[in-house]
Amino acid sequence: MRDRSARLGWLRLPFWLTYLFLYAPIAVLVIMSFNRAKTPYTWGGFSLDWYGRLAENDSIRGGLVNTLIVAFGATVLSTVLGTLLAVGLARYTRSRLLDALSTLPAILPDLVLAIGLLVFYTAVKMTLGLHSVLIAHTVFGMAFVSAVVRARLSHMDTSLEEASRDLGATPITTFFTVTLPTLAPGVLAGALLAFTLSLDEFVIAFFTAAPSEPTLPIVIYSMVRFGVTPEINALATLLLAVSFTVVIVAQRMTRLTEALK
Amino acid sequence: MTGTGPPVAAVRKAAGRLVTLGPGFGFLTVFLLVPLALVLSYTVFRRGRFGGVVHEPTGENFTRLADPLYLDVVFGSVKLAVITTLLALLLGYPTAYMIAKLPAKWKVIALVAVVLPFWTNFLIRTYAWIVLLNSEGMLNSGLKALGLGPVELLYTDGAIVAGLLYAYLPLMILPLYSAIERLDPSLREASANLGARPARTFWSVTLPLSLPGVLTGCVFVFVPSLGNFVIPELLGGGRRIMVGNLIRDQFLKARDWPFGSVLALAVIAVLVLLLFAQAWAARRAGRDA
Repeated sequence: MRDRSARLGWLRLPFWLTYLFLYAPIAVLVIMSFNRAKTPYTWGGFSLDWYGRLAENDSIRGGLVNTLIVAFGATVLSTVLGTLLAVGLARYTRSRLLDALSTLPAILPDLVLAIGLLVFYTAVKMTLGLHSVLIAHTVFGMAFVSAVVRARLSHMDTSLEEASRDLGATPITTFFTVTLPTLAPGVLAGALLAFTLSLDEFVIAFFTAAPSEPTLPIVIYSMVRFGVTPEINALATLLLAVSFTVVIVAQRMTRLTEALK
Repeated sequence: MTGTGPPVAAVRKAAGRLVTLGPGFGFLTVFLLVPLALVLSYTVFRRGRFGGVVHEPTGENFTRLADPLYLDVVFGSVKLAVITTLLALLLGYPTAYMIAKLPAKWKVIALVAVVLPFWTNFLIRTYAWIVLLNSEGMLNSGLKALGLGPVELLYTDGAIVAGLLYAYLPLMILPLYSAIERLDPSLREASANLGARPARTFWSVTLPLSLPGVLTGCVFVFVPSLGNFVIPELLGGGRRIMVGNLIRDQFLKARDWPFGSVLALAVIAVLVLLLFAQAWAARRAGRDA
């Protein structure tokens, strides 16, 4: 054993290099968000000024509200459609074509989906707004929900559903009282995934949002494009805190459900 | 329910199929298949004056791809995407290998730590590199202190590669990890017992069997690197135009939708080709194992 770990010794260098590479830039942003100095590159003492500035920034607040509306809507829609799709694909069809179609939005480059929807919205003369972003985010959100729920379905014991049916329950009753509760952790995980992806999504929103109603990533993009503003460091730190919390909570939750199984 | 005969069951099955598959595939047909079909059809029409198309068939959108101006863009972006992919593989393979060898508890922590930055806003991750590479940034202050700087780091091809690598490295590590994790340890032991040295075991057993994971990781890094337009703009300062920028500009600036559609089609073709290569390698590795 000693011998083997010694042999792996040289692997430690790229291993730690990877983590240094992944975390150093983030650490710099977090430290800089508490920096009093105006230039974001030198240290002028600890301060929370930039967080105050951030709270007063209307375009960021507006972007955040828009993003939350889109993310909530797209999550609800993706979860319902994606879960039904997963159940249908597992129980009612063997078509590999439909199977491939359900995962296509997750594999397709975001830019291609973005231009496709822009072309489509223009062709049907649909005005752009939050609804057009919401629909776009549902397209890929449901692919992820359906993939996660199907993974859960493939581990599921079908005898429970059969028992329910044998005891005279209708398919609808069986779905709501047996299938759905068993799938719940998968559905929840899929919903969380769809929500996080939507919160963060930039490229598709950039093509399908109305200029008057930008989502938060679009607001950040325009701020970053026109130079460095220390407020972004504060915003970055807050967003980091949120996503880290969500990921860790999700991790704990899946461990909890696995323990309960 | 005792009277449930075959016809009722068949009706139920059809109803179940319609209720579960209908809404999802209906939605995907309208908002995915129709848009993709439109993009595909636009490749053979003339451009409209203010975006859109004029319905006159033409082949010139495809011949424009051969214009040296655009070929330069394509080769330039393929070069940067290849460099990014190779660096990701160089850094990602040993990391994934090491994670696969960690004790179970540390394995989970190491994997979550790889994915965690991926869950933070992509623009903010890119912005972090502006802060790092700026002429008055961290790295340049360090170089200045050593008497080596300042060097222009931002707005270079190197900055673009750093940004792309930072954005997509987790997509390389995850498939590599799952491929290495799945390997049967007895194969490596057999190789060692037969007298092969660790390096030989790696080159003739571990690496070939983890090749599908390597290819999946490469596709996951290469394709989005090719199509990214934000990183070349923010970290490359717009000096380097990549395929993603070109597509974006055709739709939002130049209003040449047919040519933009041809470029998008080219990206999809590359993706499909690479996925086929990956599937082929996976089948081969499965046969060898």
